[in-house]
Amino acid sequence: MTADPGETPTGPPGAGMVDLTADPEAAAADIPPALVAQSLGQYLRAWWLRVRGGNSGVLPVVLAIVVVAITFQIVTPEHAFLRPSNLVYIFGLSTVYMVLAMAETVVLLLAEVDLSVGAVALIGGVIAFKLVQQPGPDWPWWAAVLAALVCCGLIGALQGMLTAWLRIPSFVVTLAGFLLFSGILIIVLGGADASVNVSSSVPNQRVIYDMVQGLIVPVAGWVALAVVVGAAGTALWLRAAARRRQGLAAPPVSLTAIRIALVALVGVAVVMICTVNRGTSLVTVEGVPWVIPIVLVVLGAWTLVLQRTRFGRYVYAIGGNPEAARRAGVSLAAIRIWAFALCSATAGLGGILLGSFFYGEYSTNTADPGQLVLYAIAAAVIGGVSLFGGRGKAIHGVLGGLLIGGIAYGVSLLNLGELATPLEYILPGGVLLAAVLVDVLSRRGTGSVTRV
Amino acid sequence: MSDHARRTSDGEVPVTADPGETPTGPAGASMVDLTADPEAAAADIPPALVAQSLGQYLRAWWLRVRSGNSGVLPVVLAIVVVAISFQIANPKFLSAQNLVNLFEQSTVYMVLAMAEIFALLLGEIDLSVGLVMVLGSVVVAELVQPSGPDWPWWAAIIVALLACSAVGAIQGSLVARLKMPSFIVTLGGLLILEGVAILVLGGTLVGIGNSRFTNEVVLYDIFWGRFDPVVGWILLAVLVGAAGTGLWLRDASRRRHGLETPPRSLTAMKIVLMTVAGIAVVAICNVNRAHFGTIEGVPYIIAIVLVVLAASTVLLQRTRFGRYVYAIGGNPEAARRAGVSLPAVRTWGFVLASLTSGIAGLLFASWQVSLTTNIIKTANSYVLLAVAAAVIGGTSLFGGRGKTIHGVLGGLVIGGIYNGLYLLGVSSQWIDVVVAAVLLAAAIIDVLSRRGAPGQR
Amino acid sequence: MTEMNEAPEGASRGGDGGEPLLKLRGIDKHFGPVQALYGVDLDLPAGQVTGLCGDNGAGKSVLTRCIAGVHPPDHGQIYFDGRPVHIRSARDAAALGIETVYQDLALADNLDIVQNMFLGREPLHHGLLDEDSMERQAAETLSTLRVTTVRSIRQPVASLSGGQRQAVAVAKAVMWNSKLVLLDEPTAALGVVQTQMVLNLIERLRDRGLAVMVISHNLNDIFEVADRIAVLYLGRMVAEGPAADFDRQRVVEYMTTGSSGMRPFEPAGSASDEG
Repeated sequence: MTADPGETPTGPPGAGMVDLTADPEAAAADIPPALVAQSLGQYLRAWWLRVRGGNSGVLPVVLAIVVVAITFQIVTPEHAFLRPSNLVYIFGLSTVYMVLAMAETVVLLLAEVDLSVGAVALIGGVIAFKLVQQPGPDWPWWAAVLAALVCCGLIGALQGMLTAWLRIPSFVVTLAGFLLFSGILIIVLGGADASVNVSSSVPNQRVIYDMVQGLIVPVAGWVALAVVVGAAGTALWLRAAARRRQGLAAPPVSLTAIRIALVALVGVAVVMICTVNRGTSLVTVEGVPWVIPIVLVVLGAWTLVLQRTRFGRYVYAIGGNPEAARRAGVSLAAIRIWAFALCSATAGLGGILLGSFFYGEYSTNTADPGQLVLYAIAAAVIGGVSLFGGRGKAIHGVLGGLLIGGIAYGVSLLNLGELATPLEYILPGGVLLAAVLVDVLSRRGTGSVTRV
Repeated sequence: MSDHARRTSDGEVPVTADPGETPTGPAGASMVDLTADPEAAAADIPPALVAQSLGQYLRAWWLRVRSGNSGVLPVVLAIVVVAISFQIANPKFLSAQNLVNLFEQSTVYMVLAMAEIFALLLGEIDLSVGLVMVLGSVVVAELVQPSGPDWPWWAAIIVALLACSAVGAIQGSLVARLKMPSFIVTLGGLLILEGVAILVLGGTLVGIGNSRFTNEVVLYDIFWGRFDPVVGWILLAVLVGAAGTGLWLRDASRRRHGLETPPRSLTAMKIVLMTVAGIAVVAICNVNRAHFGTIEGVPYIIAIVLVVLAASTVLLQRTRFGRYVYAIGGNPEAARRAGVSLPAVRTWGFVLASLTSGIAGLLFASWQVSLTTNIIKTANSYVLLAVAAAVIGGTSLFGGRGKTIHGVLGGLVIGGIYNGLYLLGVSSQWIDVVVAAVLLAAAIIDVLSRRGAPGQR
Repeated sequence: MTEMNEAPEGASRGGDGGEPLLKLRGIDKHFGPVQALYGVDLDLPAGQVTGLCGDNGAGKSVLTRCIAGVHPPDHGQIYFDGRPVHIRSARDAAALGIETVYQDLALADNLDIVQNMFLGREPLHHGLLDEDSMERQAAETLSTLRVTTVRSIRQPVASLSGGQRQAVAVAKAVMWNSKLVLLDEPTAALGVVQTQMVLNLIERLRDRGLAVMVISHNLNDIFEVADRIAVLYLGRMVAEGPAADFDRQRVVEYMTTGSSGMRPFEPAGSASDEG
């Protein structure tokens, strides 16, 4: 036979340095480029290789945001799209979608889906609003918010239990939940025409009202920005330095510097846009809306939970290979139940923000729970979360939410008259399909699409 | 005893049997029953085929039910429970007038459930059936408008059904060829169709209620028309006669070829049951249910539903396409290796789902008479009802198991619940709550029933 | 089980004069940068069972899939019945009479035995499925293979034991007038009694004059039924010949090192390797 006795076809005997990587090129494309690059140039090359291999991260959504911004700027009457007042409005609107998308992300990471986030969000908002009513329960705002979040969390836990223990497909459970809570919403509100308000004149209620509508004094905004960027930058720098000290793979110094600079840049841009006076000459309206730091806190919390806790690690593991996770001792049911619970609780927060966004009024017309959930899923998927599980981050929800908010508001600015409402459905539908298409196609090469 | 100590030349201990003897019979006899779980296996064989007598059949059937393969039993029980509970709550529930109302309302759910079953059998889901139904309704209503296109009714119907099928083809292709998850594709489809519907209907109303225009009258009659009582009886006789003869002849032919055949008494009982049910339905419908004047006779829609049921049953049980649908739902890889074209079958499955939704749309348009944007909200809740009806009827959410008759029976249950709650004056929000709970219950039963049966996922 | 010394009168069974039913010459197959098969030659004579051995990653499944039409080889020639052929799809293979029984059996659990056996090739009667003739044919095939342990051929496949499922898969292969049957790890998940049943089945296939190729890790099974043995090592065919020329130790050595230290392999007369 062709091999000489004692010699393997690929090298002299005893040589243990056989490269067993099945597909070396794909493997290279998957390593976080930050860790293998020794210089900025290497990093960019490795990153480009990764993008070509299908792991494009946030690149598509960032590109999409740019495209949308430019397109709408061109087509809106008077090129008003990028005016500060409109931009701030978009920020405010997007925060709801961002929070809902972050909620949906943890469930999507498990390769499940939660179709009830919209209805649960509204329930959360209504519960909080009802609890601060003055002739009424008159709870302190923080207690009302907490109660709403806990209620929503329990709802999520219940759905999670049905999914995890009884193995009913999550889309059925949450579809039923959607219907159930849409109905209960009307009942809690007190009828199809009822509504509940929070007013800015009552101090307790004003806090909730101000969540979206309230503004931070500009000076305080700049100070806060400096503090946040300073803290984040220092943390990044120290971490890289610590890794280097321990001899672990660390990103090149120039890369860390660029990252800090980028964060600072974005922060400065946002604060600047918000600080421009967008009111009239009689009334000054300026400052960063409170909701932006709120969303940043939620983003920070979710990123921490998903990337740096055991729970988050297990979520990714289950999304990637549930059987492997199970054999490693992970309790699939517990993680799933907690994930659904946290998803619903976060959705509840989103609902409270929604009410605040609509000037403190909650009625059956405030929002369509079906539309909310579709926007939430679309935002998450467009941002880069995969429907098949195991891939995605909280920041994806934030970016996707921004895009969705931009599209939704941009369309309304176009004065399309009759076309306006239909487009509100058609556009997100189309965008959702496009996003999923990209998700599926990008996974083709990696062999992680499980469908036959 | 000493056998256990005996070893063969290379150190292996024989199984407990004596040398030369297999554990259950003499050597050389390949009559070893290797069935993994004989009781479960017995429970899976269609009892009709192994029983030699009616008694054996009933025993085998009961064994099958106990092991989890309960077929249509749960839904039939559900129908009985619903009937009894609502009758107790409101004595008018089982009146002829109300029953016919119930049948009429259920037909839309039934047809939508049958549409959904095409997707469910493949192991997929179609969330757009409600909106495709709306599409069908809107297209057919708009096309016959005398002030507008003024098309003949048959052309309008054909185009409406074609439009719906086209939607199904698009969704099916995205699922089958691009491997996108079906719930996302049909969710996107739902959104887009909703926008289109709002666009077309705008703030206006399109109606088919005007009796001066023949086209509109035909469409109106789809739902509201009735057979003359005498005609109803004749049709029943023909139907039962044909079905009964068909069953009998098939059995005889199987017996002639030496294949397993159900006992004669069983076939006779089936024919009798069918006749009794048919007589009951026709009799109830023929009762005069008008306050003034005469309204009597079997509604056309019952016949329409039966036709859809028959066609889909033949398609699924007796054609290659249907066989492949079940195969893909059961084990797509096996189907692929056997040479089945997965993309083609899946795409056609979605086309059929949308086509059937279109038929539901014809019924719906005829029922509502005037269409405004309000129907969109209704249609969205219909998706859940369709899925619930299918699952309640016995179709599995996991694919590979179910029949369109399940949609009919499940649709009857859903219709009964709706009708009953409405009669009791329950508000629509609470009805939604109840339906959600029923859907959950049905899903739980589906999952649990799969636990007992062998070969579960 | 005993050592493979009692050569079945293998030389006379099927004989090795005359063309093998299937001949592979110089088969190469690569996936991207990875080469799975290097210049593989193989003979599969009719009326004989050829056991294909090799460690994990040696290329056994790849070779099987090339023959079965799942993916065509990149280079090399396949001869069937003496004629050169190109097998580009499962249908091509089926048309030639090549049937494959996969390791995971590829049976649809929700369908019954008859439906599975005819999956993809159902006969029609007036445009509808001809259930009666399918049932008769299936029953007949199962009984000629002496598979009598199944209670009813209308039993869903899900409730059958592993051995019975194998039997159904094999019967499916046989029913279609196949000439060559490939079995990938047929006894991998089976217990002792069921393994014996499947091995008996394989022998009945051989007795009917089919060419049979069995991939197996289990050398006991190989030595029990194989008339010929072929060993793959890291994508190359390192040994091929009548089973009588091998013993277990040699096969293991070929599987793990690509050669046998005892003596260079000299198949008795048949020049199966052209390098």
